[in-house]
Amino acid sequence: MGATLRQRDNFRAVLLISPAYLWLLVAVFLPLSAMLFFSFLSEGPFGDGARQLVLQNYLEFFEKGFYSKLLWRSLKLGAVVTALCLLIGFPCAYVLAKTIKGRWREALFLLVILPFWSNSLVRIFSWAIVLRGNGVIDATLNKLLPFEVSVNLMFTYSAVVIGLVHSYLPYVILTSYLTLQAIDDSLIDAARSLGAPRRTILLRIILPLSLPGLVAGGVLVFVPVVGSFMEPRILGGRAGTFFGTVIEDQFVAVFNWPLGAALSFTLLAVVLLILAVASPVLKRAQ
Amino acid sequence: MAMNRILMRLGRVYLGLILVFLYVPIMVMAAMSFNASEFYQLPIVFTTDWYARLWNNSAILDAAWNSIWIASVTTIIATALGTAAAIAFFRYDFRGKAILQVLLFPPIAIPWLITGTAMLIFFFAIGIGRGSRAVLLGHVALALPYVIVVVTARLRTFDPQLEEAARSLGASSWEVTRFVTLPWIAPGVTAGALFAFAVSFDQFVVSYFLSKPGDVTLPVLIYSAIRKGFTPEINAVSTIIIVFSMAMMVVVARYAKFGER
Repeated sequence: MGATLRQRDNFRAVLLISPAYLWLLVAVFLPLSAMLFFSFLSEGPFGDGARQLVLQNYLEFFEKGFYSKLLWRSLKLGAVVTALCLLIGFPCAYVLAKTIKGRWREALFLLVILPFWSNSLVRIFSWAIVLRGNGVIDATLNKLLPFEVSVNLMFTYSAVVIGLVHSYLPYVILTSYLTLQAIDDSLIDAARSLGAPRRTILLRIILPLSLPGLVAGGVLVFVPVVGSFMEPRILGGRAGTFFGTVIEDQFVAVFNWPLGAALSFTLLAVVLLILAVASPVLKRAQ
Repeated sequence: MAMNRILMRLGRVYLGLILVFLYVPIMVMAAMSFNASEFYQLPIVFTTDWYARLWNNSAILDAAWNSIWIASVTTIIATALGTAAAIAFFRYDFRGKAILQVLLFPPIAIPWLITGTAMLIFFFAIGIGRGSRAVLLGHVALALPYVIVVVTARLRTFDPQLEEAARSLGASSWEVTRFVTLPWIAPGVTAGALFAFAVSFDQFVVSYFLSKPGDVTLPVLIYSAIRKGFTPEINAVSTIIIVFSMAMMVVVARYAKFGER
């Protein structure tokens, strides 16, 4: 009796779960496996020669300095953007979580994370409008300053960094806010009443306790930034060649899909490595 | 104490600056969509001409229609499949459950560039190719994990004894789901559905790799238009999109209650 009930439960569970997971299998997990296989092929679907399994696509990455240099460039971009997001975002989350109360806090919090759910492409486009020469920045500065200036940040490395920070800042604010909110205020009050200076409270209580949120936010920024291609394309122009844009090229311009697959997989390996390094801290948070 | 007050005030100023940084570009973009000058010349001369032109631009209208129906179908499929899976996770204990739950994270955590190109390769290999069907397949897969996570969160507040009570009173499994479980998790399901819609409607990367030229979604169309050189017409569409998606997220926030615990 018990066994048949068990079986019926199992049957129902499978019935409820399998549609979702079959879908994920066909649209995510099989494609990722197919890409791994593809990255060892000598020719893509558009070639006519005999296809062979080769290592050449990965060798190209290691032998030609071009690709590894670009990956390094993308990793550095990721580090810069992540650092800026943490430095700018954490104090903002602190102000929200610890100094503002009630309905105001809710409303301001919503206002801060709202852009993060709106279309990222459109937000990058909006920076293109702001940063172009002869644009809004020029006009504003020239009104404020007594002398003529001309600022044209468009198509520079800085433009890419500004756009990416704008895109991903809300992630850091969100995760920091959640961990900061969980810190009991009486802990801080206790330290203060025992005479701890502000710096000690920050370094010994607030920062250690909000570390998981900072790490989570950092990972949420770093991973997509290393794989970004749309932002550098639009804001960076010729200064915007990164690992992501080269992968994009392999699929939409050069049509060297096997090389593209190998580069994508290299990126995935890097991403997984980062997630593995970060996971102990993230697990502790749960 | 005076020091404290100064710090408080500084904090607020800082928060204000962050909001300026986050919103000013969007406002500038929106303002330019009402500017008569095709080259974004200042000062702004007000016109609604660019919006009027949208109605006659069949490429933009087609793309908008594509975006809307793909997002709607994605929402229906992802919400149905995702809610079913979340309920199963909640109700039953079975081998491999933990692994299945962990498998929800790769689609969220792996950069879309990688997922998108992998889908392109695979869909080509099995004969689906590029086009709306491929885009739909991809969007549902991206939205599913979000729906499952959001509905699961709501289920944590649900007392399983309610299901047992209904069952012991003779309700069938379907009746328990329909009249006890679903009404309770309805806000979670709604939030999940809105998430699914947002994921699909704002999705650029995966759509970009999977759509066919001439049969694209709005973000893909905007991307290729930007790369050709921009016109205030793009500002007008972009403004509509951003107002629409922000309004939707305000609704989601009311259902999902972010930031409150």
